[in-house]
Amino acid sequence: MTRMAATRDGYGQALLDLADNEKVVVLEADLGKSTKSLHFRKSYPDRTISCGIGEQNMLLVGAGMAASGYIPFASTFAIFTERAFEQMRNGIARPNLAVHLCGSHGGTHTGTDGSSAQSIEDLAVFRTLPNVVVMHPCDDVSTRVLTTQLPALGKPSYMRTARNKTPVLYDGRENEIQIGKGITLKEGSDVAIVACGVLVSESLKAAEALAEQGINATVVDMHTLKPIDGALIDTIVARCGALVTAEDHNVIGGLGSAVAEHLVANNFAPLEMVGVPDRFGESGQADEMLEVMQISAHYIALAAKKAISRK
Amino acid sequence: MAKSISELEEIARKCRVEIVKMVHRAQAGHPGGSLSEIDLLAALYATRMRVRPDEPRWQDRDRFILSKGHASPGMYSILAEMGFISHEDLKSYRVLGGVCQGHVDMKWCPGVDFSAGSLGMGLSFGMGCATAARLDESERRAFVMIGDGEMQEGSVWEAAMAAAHHELGNLKVILDRNRIQNDDFCEVQMRMFDIPAKWKAFGWNVKEIDGHNMTEIMEGLDFLEAPENCNGPSILIAHTIKGAGISYMENNPSFHGAAPNDEQFHQAMVELGEVDA
Repeated sequence: MTRMAATRDGYGQALLDLADNEKVVVLEADLGKSTKSLHFRKSYPDRTISCGIGEQNMLLVGAGMAASGYIPFASTFAIFTERAFEQMRNGIARPNLAVHLCGSHGGTHTGTDGSSAQSIEDLAVFRTLPNVVVMHPCDDVSTRVLTTQLPALGKPSYMRTARNKTPVLYDGRENEIQIGKGITLKEGSDVAIVACGVLVSESLKAAEALAEQGINATVVDMHTLKPIDGALIDTIVARCGALVTAEDHNVIGGLGSAVAEHLVANNFAPLEMVGVPDRFGESGQADEMLEVMQISAHYIALAAKKAISRK
Repeated sequence: MAKSISELEEIARKCRVEIVKMVHRAQAGHPGGSLSEIDLLAALYATRMRVRPDEPRWQDRDRFILSKGHASPGMYSILAEMGFISHEDLKSYRVLGGVCQGHVDMKWCPGVDFSAGSLGMGLSFGMGCATAARLDESERRAFVMIGDGEMQEGSVWEAAMAAAHHELGNLKVILDRNRIQNDDFCEVQMRMFDIPAKWKAFGWNVKEIDGHNMTEIMEGLDFLEAPENCNGPSILIAHTIKGAGISYMENNPSFHGAAPNDEQFHQAMVELGEVDA
């Protein structure tokens, strides 16, 4: 039986892992129970700064602490990180201060709260900022490992986590996970599916369905969108000659765009992009939302066949 | 750091000369807010700031955050006066590759603690510096200068609320209340009603002074440093005149962000006692 867990739980665990470093501080904007920074708060209240429901202030408090030698981890819902975009831009990215921002409850997979809470543009907007590393891991293990690697990064980051549970893929495989390096979960030579976040497990399902039809797919977990792992893209283009990207994010500006930018500049191959079709979400269960948005395994498999047909 | 009132006034006068020269040379920039803030900056840097100009990144230095980062000529002039940068460096204001970027930038200029230029950000950053100082059990303070137009940014009040909640007695704000913003007088653009009452209601220690009277400025800085005002954040509301010291710039919204022409520059140098009429 596959273990199920939410990536936000991996984030909460990672903060505890990092606590031995006395320079690590946690900043909250009233959503620590949801983003899972609450565990750190309970154990280390002196190093947890409540910023109330004030995301703009939270990010720049983080900037001031980073400039004073601390390593701040700030979190809120992904959607609310967006209202502090300019603080991230002017106060953090521009002076290259290593504030680590985590946006939980990203994507339409967040579910029944509806469109106001379903960030579908966070990865795109933060990807445009110089100096900022952008990640969207797919399970609690990789979220935990990537988060614990952040203090060594020395530059700002944005990580999206998800509210709901997804299959755990990396139990016992912690050593394979590294910021900036995509992970090949399955090797096939007909088509390569490059996914992030909750759509990684959907892509594995799609690959199983394709295998039953005699199509062998490569599946890559591209947990880091920026910097994108161009060497791995080159490898799968050479092996497969056709690509699909899959993300619970607007099809504009996210993982698909990052892969496309690499392809057009380096190694052209047909690319089909599975993502939220430039529309807002609505209330629904997580699995229902993947169907409504046409980003579930079924749609990924269809896109794979279309990409192959364009070879 | 003892300085007489007349010595402080002379520092401010020299800074005014440099401010006008910088903006005239660049034919761009923000003279009005630089001239309104400069008496405050001169007194703060010359008598209060615990800094080491030859070691600008000294960990235990007091921080100064010019949140109204466009009023950079004022800050550059006092940094040159203190020895963080040279007077030659002032010629790089708004010039490609220059340490004196258009808006103050910590990546470019020694002595600048925050890259400002977008309003409503400095107070939050200062709160972060003050929080870090507290965690370090350090005596260092965070001084933040904000503008009055800037208080129209909602994020200022997020920070004001949070700093009082956390009782940050090492956070000291100076408000340059010069009554003019980019387009017009503040009173026209967005009325702010009772400013001292607003800060008091947010839980701050508040004092008002004349921001061009050096004796009152020193009393105001004493207020910010007084032990009884170190149990929470404090704000000095300094009533100033935009463009102070240059007759045709004073209270003139046109000189928020405009440079003097050659004739006006000459007149300014006369008024500042640099040249004969």
